[in-house]
Amino acid sequence: MTRPRWAAVWPPLSVGVGGLVLWELAIIIFDIKEFLLPKPSSIVEELFAEWAVLRHAGWETGRIAFSGLVLGVIAGVTLAFVTNRFRSLNEGLTPLAVAVNATPIVALAPIFNAWFGITGVVSNQAVVMAVVFFPVFINTAKGLTEVHPDEIELMRSYAASEWTILREVRIPNALPFFANALRVVAPLSVIAAIVAEYFGGPQDRIGNVITSNAAFARYDVAWAAIAVASAFGLALFAGAVLIERLSTPWRMATQVEIINNKPGRGK
Amino acid sequence: MSDELAVSINGADKVFNQGEADEVAALSGIDLDIQPGEFVSLIGPSGCGKSTLLRLIGDLLEPTAGEVTVFGKSAHEARMDQDYGMVFQHAGLFDWRKVSANIELPLELRGWSKADRSTRSQEMLDLVKLPDFGGHYPRQLSGGMQQRVSIARALSFEPKLLLMDEPFGALDEMTREHMQIELLRIWEETGTTVVFVTHSIPESAFLSNRVVVLSPRPGRVHSIIDVDLGKRTEETREDPAFFATATEIREALRSVEVGQ
Ligand SMILES: Nc1ncnc2c1ncn2[C@@H]1O[C@H](COP(=O)(O)OP(=O)(O)OP(=O)(O)O)[C@@H](O)[C@H]1O
Ligand SMILES: [Mg+2]
Repeated sequence: MTRPRWAAVWPPLSVGVGGLVLWELAIIIFDIKEFLLPKPSSIVEELFAEWAVLRHAGWETGRIAFSGLVLGVIAGVTLAFVTNRFRSLNEGLTPLAVAVNATPIVALAPIFNAWFGITGVVSNQAVVMAVVFFPVFINTAKGLTEVHPDEIELMRSYAASEWTILREVRIPNALPFFANALRVVAPLSVIAAIVAEYFGGPQDRIGNVITSNAAFARYDVAWAAIAVASAFGLALFAGAVLIERLSTPWRMATQVEIINNKPGRGK
Repeated sequence: MSDELAVSINGADKVFNQGEADEVAALSGIDLDIQPGEFVSLIGPSGCGKSTLLRLIGDLLEPTAGEVTVFGKSAHEARMDQDYGMVFQHAGLFDWRKVSANIELPLELRGWSKADRSTRSQEMLDLVKLPDFGGHYPRQLSGGMQQRVSIARALSFEPKLLLMDEPFGALDEMTREHMQIELLRIWEETGTTVVFVTHSIPESAFLSNRVVVLSPRPGRVHSIIDVDLGKRTEETREDPAFFATATEIREALRSVEVGQ
């Protein structure tokens, strides 16, 4: 069990480190201008030099992304349960949700700024929440309804109530759907928060640190801010993967599912 | 005369999507009585309504006309009294429950204690020759093994009426014959009543007290063949009386197919 896990960590790790070394060397050898692409070493330098600013910005953006993520997940799951309870609502809402989900919701950020005010956190939180909400709602609702008819008939033959069927069949059936959605929206929440910040607002957040430093040609600082955001996005993704593994142990135990879900993991 | 029939179906019709373009008359004028402790097979061409008839008995569908009585109650009351055990062709195990937890699910719903449940699920696993697989997830088992678990699950609580829809369809011939013997042993031990849908002529002859041959579109009872082969053993399969019964069923099926 431990060995294959390590074996899975090594390839991406070596590719990552190797890539950074190549990046550094390429800039030195081809004499690429700093404003086009700074060296990883100078990005790391700025990371330390500007740590106070970046840490604060990372905290501000991170808390908007995370709270928006949590609220969006709660709202999505709640509505999925409501529509599962009232089937006619499901028929009306789901196609609408699928359509809205296909539109670029972050483009609404300026409008949200007008609605909720540009200075507070609510506007950007709302953007993140809207981006997170739809995939979570659509997938969870699908998992609750797309149950094999035989499984429902079996439960009915035991005289099981709707509530028992929900608990024993629909919810476990929906867990992998929910986990998939969570893996997608966790890093998306960071992207949504930063893009929303590009449309203005307080200057002490990652998105604004990136735009203002880029405007003053301090690209290495901008890249350092991007690195902070990436680290946060990765942490959220790792959290989502952990939740998936803990909540759906049966999928981890079956080879076929692992192959389906983790392309590139191999054995 | 009969104080209480296990199943009594009187003039049952089933029409799907009545009044719509895709209306299907699946069953028409079904009359069938099944005695307690009887083993009855339903056989007929594909699409003739065998599964539909089984679902009417199990109160998973309502008849369009006529009535279904089970142990002197309506089918609905029988279902609410948890009189039914069901096995489908598709094993229908829950992926998220380990094999033993799948077998224990109906016991859980009946409020059995944890200790009783695990004793029983181990007994059932021994019975279906999967003693070491309780801790596996269903997806880690082959299709035939999953089907045996689903049979173990249906038998675990000794239902008064066992409804089986092509339960052995996915099994290889040897396992199938073994499961037939086991099913008959359990049937004799528990005195349960079985309604068994199959496509296999030898299977219906080997297992049943009576074989109900259905004709298609809409499904009707074409004929009912009494089978009297005494106690079944592996030797029964080579008994001339067994072949004679199979021939009788085959001829009935032929005349159905020709559309009589
Ligand atoms: N839920 C349903 N809605 C509409 N039509 C149905 C439904 N279930 C069955 N039918 C129709 O009723 C008829 C009988 O179906 P049924 O499944 O009972 O046949 P069967 O005898 O079990 O066939 P097979 O041997 O292939 O399993 C078929 O024509 C089928 O199309
Ligand atoms: Mg069928």
